[in-house]
Amino acid sequence: MIPSSIARKVAMALSGLFLVVFLGQHFTINLTSVFSRSVFNELSHFMGTNPLVQFILQPILIFGVVFHFVMGFVLELQNRAARNNKYSTYKGSANANWMSRNMILSGAVVLSFLGLHFYDFWLPEMNYKYIEVLPEDPNRYYEELVHKFVSPVRVGLYTLSFVFLALHLLHGFGSSFQSMGLNNKYTPAIKTFTKIYAIAIPVGFVFIALFHHLNAF
Amino acid sequence: MNLTLKIWRQANAQATGSMETYPIENVSPDMSFLEMMDVLNEQLIQQGIDPVAFDHDCREGICGMCSMFINGEAHGPDRLVTTCQLHMRKFKDGDTITIEPFRAKAFPVVKDLAVDRSAFDRVQHAGGFVSVNTSGNTQDANAIPIEKHDADRAFDAATCIGCGACVATCKNASAMLFVSAKVSQYALLPQGKVEATDRVLNMVKQMDEEGFGNCTNTGACEVECPKGISLENIARMNREYLSASLKV
Repeated sequence: MIPSSIARKVAMALSGLFLVVFLGQHFTINLTSVFSRSVFNELSHFMGTNPLVQFILQPILIFGVVFHFVMGFVLELQNRAARNNKYSTYKGSANANWMSRNMILSGAVVLSFLGLHFYDFWLPEMNYKYIEVLPEDPNRYYEELVHKFVSPVRVGLYTLSFVFLALHLLHGFGSSFQSMGLNNKYTPAIKTFTKIYAIAIPVGFVFIALFHHLNAF
Repeated sequence: MNLTLKIWRQANAQATGSMETYPIENVSPDMSFLEMMDVLNEQLIQQGIDPVAFDHDCREGICGMCSMFINGEAHGPDRLVTTCQLHMRKFKDGDTITIEPFRAKAFPVVKDLAVDRSAFDRVQHAGGFVSVNTSGNTQDANAIPIEKHDADRAFDAATCIGCGACVATCKNASAMLFVSAKVSQYALLPQGKVEATDRVLNMVKQMDEEGFGNCTNTGACEVECPKGISLENIARMNREYLSASLKV
């Protein structure tokens, strides 16, 4: 797909950074649901109906997600093939943290979650707008969100997925700067920021889910 | 010290190898790891068993020949040392020690613990040099002023002995740390800048052709490198590569 190992590395970093930015934007909108039903509905309606978001940004986002996952699996296969004879004893924990060694596992869990997320939100949205072509209702989003978080099983899966997303980001976010050639006096500050982001955003998503789950009773 | 050694035995490149167990007694804690291997081999020869083949040369940590994967780590449990600088005092009486060759598709096993690391030579040949016109007008290198910071970084990169511990350690068998050290040692100096574009493109191309894996920034290579080559070099190579790609 991309011939050079460094180009692949940079492509992974760029697509990852794009998804990190999207995650921050998604979190910001979701967070408004905790404070104001009307603001959440307004923002969701804008995101769901604005042609720029729908027909330019959304396809770019889907491409970014698909590219990141496909490339991740391609790299994993190539990397496994680079050591055709495995060690009988390999002490990976002696020199690298769990997150960096298990990006494919945490990534696969996040991918599974995206399947559930698409089934929960994206597919019904596509059905509402483009298949059944129901009339626009700018006030439906909050109710739909709250309804999804009534199920404890869904909230449990949601929480588990965000734990793995945090693990994925704890390595991936900071690592993307190294991939793009940034390793200098600012690196410690970047690492600190990326670690805070990697924990704060997933914890924030879980908080929103728990908030609506607990308020439903 | 009495130890149990579990060692990878493989008759030749085509053979299917396996782990074999050898007990060894009266090992002095002051022995180097390779001296312990010498004692084992003398014992094996006396028993009529083929001695264990392993690479070694200077035995003082500068040639990069020794290449054993000991108890799951390249060059064993100590830090900033090669296998020849590892001492038996790092182990305890009664320990079982697992010894394997550096494993990577690009480092095929020649015999037992000896592997073919000529892939590194080919990467070097692809651009790890400075072409100098020696027609009599060559300028004295010391006459070219170089910032101390750059000179130190170039020297640090040049301390890479090409042992292959980075490849052996990396879960992806990536050679990025080695190649980046070789790219960096020239990229930082004025003499190397002239051929910088071709160098990084050709060396990375050769690295990829040799079948090394992709770097995922686990940082394991930096930890296990006997010369402490920094990940900064990989970032520098990435920058060099990106800027070179835009030029051609």
